[in-house]
Amino acid sequence: MITLMVNGTPRPVDLSPDTPLLWALRDALSLTGTKFGCGIGSCGSCTVLLDGAPVRSCQVTVAEVKGRKVTTIEGLSPDGSHPVQRAWIADEVPQCGYCQPGQIVAAAALLARKPRPTDADIDDAMDGILCRCGTYDRIRRAIHRAAKEGGR
Amino acid sequence: MTGTEMGRRTFLEIAGAAGLWLAASPLRVAAAGPEAAAAGFQPSAWLNVDPKGLVTIWVGKSEMGQGSYTGMAVLVAEELEADWKAIRVVQADANARYGRMSTGGSSSVRGSWEPLRKAGAAAREMLVSAAAARWGVDPASCSAAKGEVLHAASGRRLGFGEVALDAASLPVPEKPVLKDPRDFTLIGKAVPRLDTPPKSRGAAVFGIDVRVPGMLHAVVARPPALEGKVARFDAAKALAVPGVRKVVEVPSGVAVLADTTWAALRGREALGAVFDAGPNGALDSAAIARLLVSAPLEPAPARNEGDVEAALSSAARKLSATYTLPFLAHAAMEPLNCTARVDGNGAELWAATQSPQRARTEVATALGISEDKVTVHVTYMGGGFGRRLYPDFPVEAALVAKAAGVPVQVTWSRGDDFRGDLFRPCGRNELRAGLDARGNLVAWHHVVRSPSLSRQSSGNRSAPPGTLEGAVGFPYRAGAVRIEAAVPTVGVRIGAWRSVYSSQNAFPEESFIDELAHAAGKDPLAFRRSLLPADHPLQAVLSLAAEKSGWGKKLPKGVARGIACHSCFGSHVAEVAEVSLVKGAIRVRRVVVAVSCGTALNPDSVAQQMEGSVVYGLSAALRGEITFAKGGAEQANFPDQDPLHISEMPRVETHIVPSTAAPGGIGEPGLPPIAPAVANALFALTGKRLRSLPFKLS
Repeated sequence: MITLMVNGTPRPVDLSPDTPLLWALRDALSLTGTKFGCGIGSCGSCTVLLDGAPVRSCQVTVAEVKGRKVTTIEGLSPDGSHPVQRAWIADEVPQCGYCQPGQIVAAAALLARKPRPTDADIDDAMDGILCRCGTYDRIRRAIHRAAKEGGR
Repeated sequence: MTGTEMGRRTFLEIAGAAGLWLAASPLRVAAAGPEAAAAGFQPSAWLNVDPKGLVTIWVGKSEMGQGSYTGMAVLVAEELEADWKAIRVVQADANARYGRMSTGGSSSVRGSWEPLRKAGAAAREMLVSAAAARWGVDPASCSAAKGEVLHAASGRRLGFGEVALDAASLPVPEKPVLKDPRDFTLIGKAVPRLDTPPKSRGAAVFGIDVRVPGMLHAVVARPPALEGKVARFDAAKALAVPGVRKVVEVPSGVAVLADTTWAALRGREALGAVFDAGPNGALDSAAIARLLVSAPLEPAPARNEGDVEAALSSAARKLSATYTLPFLAHAAMEPLNCTARVDGNGAELWAATQSPQRARTEVATALGISEDKVTVHVTYMGGGFGRRLYPDFPVEAALVAKAAGVPVQVTWSRGDDFRGDLFRPCGRNELRAGLDARGNLVAWHHVVRSPSLSRQSSGNRSAPPGTLEGAVGFPYRAGAVRIEAAVPTVGVRIGAWRSVYSSQNAFPEESFIDELAHAAGKDPLAFRRSLLPADHPLQAVLSLAAEKSGWGKKLPKGVARGIACHSCFGSHVAEVAEVSLVKGAIRVRRVVVAVSCGTALNPDSVAQQMEGSVVYGLSAALRGEITFAKGGAEQANFPDQDPLHISEMPRVETHIVPSTAAPGGIGEPGLPPIAPAVANALFALTGKRLRSLPFKLS
């Protein structure tokens, strides 16, 4: 048993220590907001926050994250009211929505670090998170909106 | 609180309470399904009004990002005069009662425009009649608005819920009267999408998020080449991996079932499956290119007006060019997956499918049971783009569940999803054209060489190939026109990909028209407009795109514009792309889209679809290419096939031609013009004509 600290709650999982965090979240803990996209850290759909910083959850093992704070989309706010989530709704960002949990937690981490990001900051922070529906323009807009409205 | 905010909140509470697909609920799987209908007034398959006034709307289309749930609900609610705050949307299971459920061909709004509005209008008339009878007044003296029936003369009003049970006993009117478009309160408005809040909370349940009690996670080892077979594997080695529970063989390959997807993936590696390559095991891209070139022309041209050869021989200028296009993968962000439970009572599937009815039929056939024993629940889908039209993944999941005797979720890894795709066909387009001394187009000859989706799926070599879609409708006036197909058979699976053959044929057509404009010494916009009939819908979008993009105005040094247009799926689109080179790489910095789509059901959804089509088409044009070796795709994950990133995203500006005509399609028509618009801009910028996709500058 390895006990993970997910969204502020200790969550024991009975998995081999080399299991990627992604599959612990999705298949052992039924926290399915975090998505599988590529399995090799190339698409960013599985992005979660580890001690507040974005990581690809398919690229870290449960052994590596033991004792550290994991925040998933489900834990970003109790009710979807995080400023980034509010901005996402105001700008109608999602289309299919599949990549959006990863986009949203990465945006939240960016704003926590840089409350007024420039377009270049957004490119740096968000560039590896792929969207096939074409929501990038709106992601940028929503991050600026959240920043303006005090996005942390 | 605004009405729309209220609408969202109420919707979510209701959806959550009912355990629907749209909500996060621990019961979401067990409790889902339209058969859990409320009591009340249900005059058609599409809606129910319960005694408390809650309106339930069943959506018979799949939500893959295009806004179907909201759009379909708007059609019903508009004519019903429902209170938008008191509606809930339920994704329909596969059932004939919902008509054609297949979500493709940009057909959802077009196909639902009449029937869903009529369903709403019929229900409204019945509710009005029921209230009028209660009051003893003429129904014509009553009206409905925001979920209530009003009698203006007396000021009386009754909520829909209060008269729902009375209405249920009335006959359903056959010809309900539809509203005047001027009275629309939802249609044509940017109604906030109902699926946005759950998608922003990680609460939307995609196929891959379904959790059925007792289910195992599975992956399948499949042969890499079409018609390949499993030769051998070592189940014991897979079963030795911690968490692996079962190994079963199914027609498509060998399934490894485990407690987690990760353990299943590890188990599959341990399995060491070896395959017989089969008849296509030696196929590669060079062989496929030869098949394209050598395929004979179809016996008769699809279009043959005037004498092209004579017109060409007397033309003042003759041009010819060959354009080539690669195979493409769909690469939706949600890899293919399906969850299935099969037991003595039948089969229950949860699938992110664009074709629930086809999945149901084919699963029933594969299991050898009758269709009424098969339930197919449709989930949110993480992109579709055409791939989820095909029932291979639900059929396979059902067979794995049956063989293993447990509920199972079969997940395709990204590599499985790439290599197991039904690819957008490759194409080779041979074009010839002639101009007279004044630069008028006097001859146009277009040969489309591409494998046929309809022939591959039907096995019928004489079926209409369909490969000329997007080419045969060549809109420009030319003295003589011949458009014909050559249809090779290639040993890779092909499938519909966003905008299908228009995604291929618009590129050569609109690029070659640009070549002709330059050869004639004419402005590409003016050249197009001079060749189109005055009342052609492309005139309006070309004009609008030109105006909004500042066509003809000076651009900064190192930036150039290109224009292209195309009609498909009942809509017409023109795009102007602004392109520059950044460190030798193509950078599209702005795309102005003008679209004529009849009534824009939701203008913001139209804009989303234009943004999405531009990005999807641009990803393909810049880097999209699937190549083959030993019968299988050589690309297996995103670094091999890198879609557009946010840092490369152009500003996309959408402008809609106002109209109250019936809606045209919107999910696909924005795609075909982007590749030629960029190619034409690159020519303007560099003088170099790029005739192959993806673009390669050197």
